[in-house]
Parts: sequence; C-alpha cells; structure tokens
Amino acid sequence: MRMLNRLTISELVTRLASREVSSRAATQACLDQIERLDGRLHAFISLDADHALAQADAADRALALGATHARQPLLGVPIGIKDVIAVKGQPLNCASKILGRYVSPYNATVINKLQAAGAVVFGRLNMDEFAMGSSTENSAFGVTRNPWDLSRIPGGSSGGSGAAVVADECIAALGSDTGGSIRQPAALCGCVGLKPSYGRVSRYGLVAYASSLDQIGCFSKDVRDAAILLEILSGVDPADSTSVPQPVPHYAASLTGDVKGLRLGLAKEYMVGGLDAEIKAAIDAAVAQFEKLGARVTEVSLPHTDYAIATYYIIATAEASANLARFDGIRYGLRVEGADPIELYSKTRGAGFGPEVKRRIILGTYVLSSGYYDAYYLRAQKVRTLIRRDFLKAFEQVDAILTPTTPTAAFKIGEKADDPLQMYLSDIFTISANLAGICGISVPCGFTREPKLPLGLQLLGKPFGEETILRLAHAYEQSTPWHKEKPPLAALAG
Amino acid sequence: MEYEAVIGLETHVQLKTRSKMWCGCPNQFGAPPNTNVCPVCLGLPGVLPVANEEALRLTALTGMLLNCTIAPRAKFDRKNYFYPDMPKNYQVTQYDLPSTSGGYVDFEFQGRIARVRLTRAHLEEDVGKSFHFERSSGVDFNRAGVPLLEIVSEPDITSADMAYEYLNALKDILVYGGVSDCDMEKGMVRCDVNVSVRPKGSSQLGAKIEIKNMNSFSGVRRALEYEIPRQIEVLRAGGRLHQSTRRWDDLAGVTEEMRSKEHAHDYRYFPEPDLMPFEPSQAWLAEVASRVVELPLARKQRFMRDYQLPPADAQTFVWDVPLGNYFESVARHARNPKAVANWVINNLRAKLAETQTGLPDLKFPPTAILELIELVDSGKISTKIAQEVFAEMFASGDSPAAIVDRKGLAQVSDTAAIEAFCDQAIAANPGPVADYKAGKAAALNFLKGQVMKLSKGKANPALAGQILERKLKP
Ligand SMILES: [Zn+2]
Repeated sequence: MRMLNRLTISELVTRLASREVSSRAATQACLDQIERLDGRLHAFISLDADHALAQADAADRALALGATHARQPLLGVPIGIKDVIAVKGQPLNCASKILGRYVSPYNATVINKLQAAGAVVFGRLNMDEFAMGSSTENSAFGVTRNPWDLSRIPGGSSGGSGAAVVADECIAALGSDTGGSIRQPAALCGCVGLKPSYGRVSRYGLVAYASSLDQIGCFSKDVRDAAILLEILSGVDPADSTSVPQPVPHYAASLTGDVKGLRLGLAKEYMVGGLDAEIKAAIDAAVAQFEKLGARVTEVSLPHTDYAIATYYIIATAEASANLARFDGIRYGLRVEGADPIELYSKTRGAGFGPEVKRRIILGTYVLSSGYYDAYYLRAQKVRTLIRRDFLKAFEQVDAILTPTTPTAAFKIGEKADDPLQMYLSDIFTISANLAGICGISVPCGFTREPKLPLGLQLLGKPFGEETILRLAHAYEQSTPWHKEKPPLAALAG
Repeated sequence: MEYEAVIGLETHVQLKTRSKMWCGCPNQFGAPPNTNVCPVCLGLPGVLPVANEEALRLTALTGMLLNCTIAPRAKFDRKNYFYPDMPKNYQVTQYDLPSTSGGYVDFEFQGRIARVRLTRAHLEEDVGKSFHFERSSGVDFNRAGVPLLEIVSEPDITSADMAYEYLNALKDILVYGGVSDCDMEKGMVRCDVNVSVRPKGSSQLGAKIEIKNMNSFSGVRRALEYEIPRQIEVLRAGGRLHQSTRRWDDLAGVTEEMRSKEHAHDYRYFPEPDLMPFEPSQAWLAEVASRVVELPLARKQRFMRDYQLPPADAQTFVWDVPLGNYFESVARHARNPKAVANWVINNLRAKLAETQTGLPDLKFPPTAILELIELVDSGKISTKIAQEVFAEMFASGDSPAAIVDRKGLAQVSDTAAIEAFCDQAIAANPGPVADYKAGKAAALNFLKGQVMKLSKGKANPALAGQILERKLKP
C-alpha cells in the first residue's frame, strides 16, 4: 500500500470509510513526512502535532460509532492551513514578526466548516508576509523551498501550502488568493490550485490583505479533491457581508469527463512575446488536448489586460494600508515601547513589518492621499470595472478562458528579490481574475526539461462558474499524466 | 466695526440599539471595562463587520424626523487615522454617500421660530475610551463599535445661546423619536463646534476654527461665549485668524490651539470593501416611516392651535406624551378643551403622582371627565363639589352622575330651600348685614359663604347671591 500521506482526499476517505486505515495513521504519516522533509523544505511555520492527533483520534472514535463520510465528507482527513487563516487556540502570524505570540481566540468560518466536515485541521503553512509576494521569500520565518528543486522558490504567497501538498506533508491545504497566491504556487509546485469566485467562500477569519480581492481557496493533488473541498468551503456566511447567497452545487457531480462542445477562449493579449518557449509549447499541447477531448477553442480579447497590474497594485495596496493599520502594538502582538503612542506605533511597525509589507503600506497610503485619490484610486476602480467587463463580454462567447498560470517556471531563490517590479510581473496571468471577481483554477500541464520543473495551465470561469472550470480541468487532468508525477523526494529525505 | 459669528455644529449621538454596529455585543453603558467586547469590535486579525440593521433604520428614522432626504444608495467608507482608542486604526463612517442629507431643525428661540439647516446625518462607529493613570494608560473598548450618528449643521447659528437652544431642540427630537437616549452624562451626545467671525453683513466666511472636547451643551455655550469674543478681539487688534483646531478646557474656561491647518489629518477616505452599499427598498422605508412621531415643536404648536391652549399647557403635553395623548382623547369631544386641560393637568396628573399609578390604571373612562365638566357647566354641581366628585371617581371608577346622586351632592337650586338658608344667615349675622346695608359690598360674599356653609356647599352660589341681594335691598 502507498504511504497514507501520498493519498488524495477521495482515496483516503475510501480507506477510512472501510476502516482499512485510521485517521491517526494518516495524520501520523503526514507528521512523519514533515519530520523527514520539512527541515529542508520549510513549508510549515509551526505545527501542533498533539492537536492534530487529538482531532484524528476524535475522527476515529466517530467512525467507530458509525459516523459516515456521506454526512462528514472529510472525516479524518488531514488538511494544512495557511498562516493567514484563524484557527482557535493556534498561532496566527501571517508569516510576520508583528503578531508576536498572538494566538487566535476564534475560528475562521472555513475552519468551522472543515471541522464540521470532520477534517483534521493542522499546521501553520508558510507564506509571504501578510500574503504580499509571489515567492514566499517575504516570510519573516524563512523561505519555503520548491519540492522539485530546493534552490528555487515554491511561488507565493501560499508557497507553504503548495509545497506541503506536493511533498505529501498533508492531504490538501487551504490558501488564499489575492492576485494569484493560490494558482501561481500550485503551478510552480505542480498541484491543483483553485481560487473561487469573490463571494463564494466566506472571508471571515482570513486576515485581510486586500479585502475586495482576497478569496480563500484550496490546494489539492487532483481536481476531484478541489471539487470536494470547494463544496465544503462554499456558501453564504452571515458573518461576511460580501459572501453571496448563491446555492452551492455538488461540485464533484460536474466532473463528468465530458467537455464536448464546451467553448474555450484563448486571450490574444496573453499570447504575447516574452512568454517562455517551454510554457508556450505546453499550452499549445494543452489546447490540442482540449480539442481532442471535444472542446472548441476560439480567440477572445481582453483589451484592458495591460492595465491589470497597475490597477491591482493601487487597489490592493490602498486596502492593505488600512487593513494592516490595526497592527499597532496596542492590543496584541509585538510591541516596542515608545515615549508616546506615535513613537510606539512607529517603533513597533518599523520592527514588526518586513520590507515588502512596508513598501505596499507606503504605496497604498500614497495613492489614497489627498490630492492623489482621484488620479490613482478612483481611476483604478474605473479600470477595474473595465477589466471585469472585458471578462463578462468574453464569457458571452466562451465557457472558460485558458491561459498559462505563470510566465515562467519556478525561479531561483533571490533571483527577483531585489526587483519588486519583476516580481510583480510574475502574477500577470492571475491578477485579472481577482480584479474581475471571477474564478480560476491551475492544473499541472507539463514540465520544463532541464531542470525538470512543473508548469501549470489556468482555466478562468464566470463568476460562480466553478462547475465549468472544474469539469474542464478534470477532463484534461484525467487525459494527461502530469498530476501523477511526484518530485524526487527520496533524495530530499536522506 | 461690528462683528458677527458664524457657527456650525457636528453632533455625535449614540443610537439606541440593543447591539453594537458590527457585532452582537451589547450596546450598554456602565459595564466593567472591556467586558462588552468580541473579536469584531476589538479589531482582531481576520474579523469582518456586519451592519446592524436597526442602526440603519434609526438613521433613516432620524432623517425623516429631521426633514432630510433619505439616500436611495448609501455606503460606508474607511476614515484612516491612528489613535489608541481605535481598534482598527480606521473608523468606518459614511463619506460621500451618507444615509441622509439636507433637512433642518426648527426651534423656539428668542420668542420666534428659528431654523438651522442640516448638511447631513451619517452613520458611523464609536471608538473606545482612553484612561490615563499615573504611570500608564488604558483603553476601554466597551464603547468601540457602538452605532453613532453624526449630525452636521449648516453654519446657520449666530450665537452661543442659539447653539445651546439648537442642541436642546435636537436632543428633544431624538429622545422623542426613540432614536437615542441622549444621556450626556453617559457620553451619548458629543459635540464639535466650527466657529468663525466676520464683519457684520459680510458674505465672506472668516477662518474656520474647530473646537473640541465639550462634554455638555452648556460647555458648548461657554466655549462659544469665550471663543467668539476672542476671535473678534484678535481681528480688532489687527491680527489674523488661521484655520485650526482648538481644545476647550472646561476647568479653565478657555480654548487652546491643538493643531493648525498644516497639521490637519489626511484621513484618506476610501470605500469600505467589507460592506456592501445599502439600498433601502420602498417597503423598508415604509416600515421606518411608520415609526415617525410628531416632533415636540409641532406638537406644541398643534395643541395651542387646535385646542386653544396656553403655551404652558401645550408644553406640559409635549413633555408628558402619554398625558397629552390622554388629553387629546378627551378634548377631541369637548366643547371647552381648556377645561379638560385644567382637569388633566391640575387634578388627574396630581392624583396619578399621589397614588403612584399611571394612565393605564385609570378606573374611569375618558368620557367621565366630559360628564364632570358638563355637571359643572350646567350648574348641577359647584366647582368645589366637582373636586370631591373627581376624587371619588378616581378612587372608585363610578360615573360622576352616580356619585353626585349617591352622595346627594347635587347643587340646590330650589329657591325656597335657598331662601331658608339665606334667612338663617341674615338672622345669625347682624353685623355683616349692617355692613352691607351701609354700602360694604364685600359683606355680601361673607353672607354668601355662610349660605354655602349652611347648605354644605350644595347651594347654587349664583342663586344664593341673587336671593341675598333681593332680601337685603333697602
Ligand atoms: Zn463586539
């Protein structure tokens, strides 16, 4: 039998339901893998093994007493959590020094949902500080490494989540996506990453980076697991006014394998020069594969694509400048004393925030300043509307839009660290989905040759059109070998 | 040169809701520090606000009471500034699309009706309260997140007294409408003042100076009584005033500059992304409109007009709404509403106070007061006997006629009987009789009193007077 930590959710659930294996054994297998690998991978910031095993034991007791996966679909399944989602009684650091030894006194809504579904919720997965970054290099707790090549970044900001899933340190993981923070690391690590439509999943308990762009999503080993998780995570939440009362479908039912007649769009603005040749080849092959499966591929236009990154960095940083104002040393987290409140604030925030977070707070403060608001923030909001309209118009012609997830494969640690603009460009294909509020999924679509690094393709869908992109992604995945490939972890384990 | 003051007020009022603006914590004064708090109102990482619908309703209701326009679409914004009593270091407020705009407050001032126009009334959240100890400071967040209405006036106020009367009128309206308890001592009403002075008759505004930190309406008046002459003095001496914020020192009775315009905050307002814009439906607005009550001034004017009451009586029925409503239920059918007012104010209110009971406890129906007045007007009983009938009616609930019958209180208008009493009185009081005959008219009243005494108050006093006069005629 394969090691339990390597299983998908659906594989593990089958074995748990038949009482062939226990949740404790599966959870212990994840903990053992972490013990073996994480010293070098560093996907986890911290881990409460006792808490994880206690939940596993509770799941095993429930199973013994007749609990079923029909009612609790994740009963006994270990799920890792990005360090930006609040779990009661566990540390919440957002990979920042500023939260000090803060422990969350409450659960995020998604955590309540996972626990109601029986999941073993564990670990604090590494990330870029406050989800600001594309490489996980901005973590105050050290960089996470790519399981395929330890000298490379895993992507970001949810780099820990991507690396942990691919390295089989957990069965699946939660992340958050503000401009590509799930899809990009999923592509660079080689797993499935799903960003739901804005309003699909409650944000209550997700520490806000950019409130109008943030969305919680999941990392999984295959598309079916993404569908299973999405169904559990979704739904309107009275605690989140921006969650939408849209019915939650049985997402796994949409995984029919049949994509005949579905219309796929290629955005001509995305097929620009400068795209890595290997990625272009992988995307071309994927397009051919979809056509072979019966999908019809046409070109669409997203004319405001060029403005997406600038728009994103105005809106996201403006919101961040307010969202991060609460970290002031007064009520919780790190405090560096000062002679008066102003000095206390500046010393605390000066010591607590890393350079990228400071950069974005200052940028956001600037774009909202009196005299600049109209030129930056207001204009960015207008462009955002245009970008959303581009997508809605394209979706009148096609059911989904296919793009590369990233312009390049995983880059070397430190390669772009001194060039924030270059770093920002690595989100070029993912960022628009957040501005438009639509859904997107990244699935593995091949590898670079030397070194062998995973590549991802992205499918973007209409607002609340997750069923369609899951169906397409699943049909593609099942007809290609990519998702079955594992990084050469044996070499790491030694 | 003569100068005049131009004053605008920003009044913050805590709304009377059961829970806070964004969370379920109680909106309640006086709890031990930091006990009415939760992750949301403490601004812990990851929390989101959910708007309290009753606060939105009370805001719309206030708009209706203050003659404002209710916005078809309102939204919330973040106002950014750092302060230890601010859990999030931004305050959620309404910037460019407030729930209500326009409107006015009419009130009695110096013998006429004055009007102060309003710019807007918008909804926001209150902040915590800082405490400073010898060596350290603390913040109580019980107040953080309490729904707060900011009512901004146009610069229509011209004196400290007018500001004071405006604030009292505003408070009366809000208390009356059930919007806020406006308890100053509990900090439910707070006020910032904008004041400038200019040569009388000028249409240009002078440098706007904001005064903060008044914690009572009289504090506002005193601050203005200090600040207006101060500004005039500066100008008279040839000095210049600059836009600034000043702090009222209540103990010293002076204002002191806190910061000048150059150091003004840049609040960097932007739309609150965690809340959806609010677009009230017609049905929602109709439900709120059903809660609109008559305003104090309108009520007073109506009572004076419709029932011909003197201002003092009308004011009594403004202060005591249930009593006024009771009065109306009776007076509507009365030929002489003033008589009803007299009974309700002088007798009924006193009896209720004396017996510690309320209007719902009354044993007699409202029509009984009309019957009682009718008995007096028709001469069946005297005003004095009516007091006794009222007391009995209050105690037993019996009808006035039944009481008069049972106790034999009917006024005696039988000429023969009264003649007999008159004869007795004349015989027993030769002195006064002689006085009257000698021209002392007042002596007749004494004799009339004797007749009333002999008749145990039941003799018709007018008739007794006539008979005595006839009998004593030379
Ligand atoms: Zn609260």
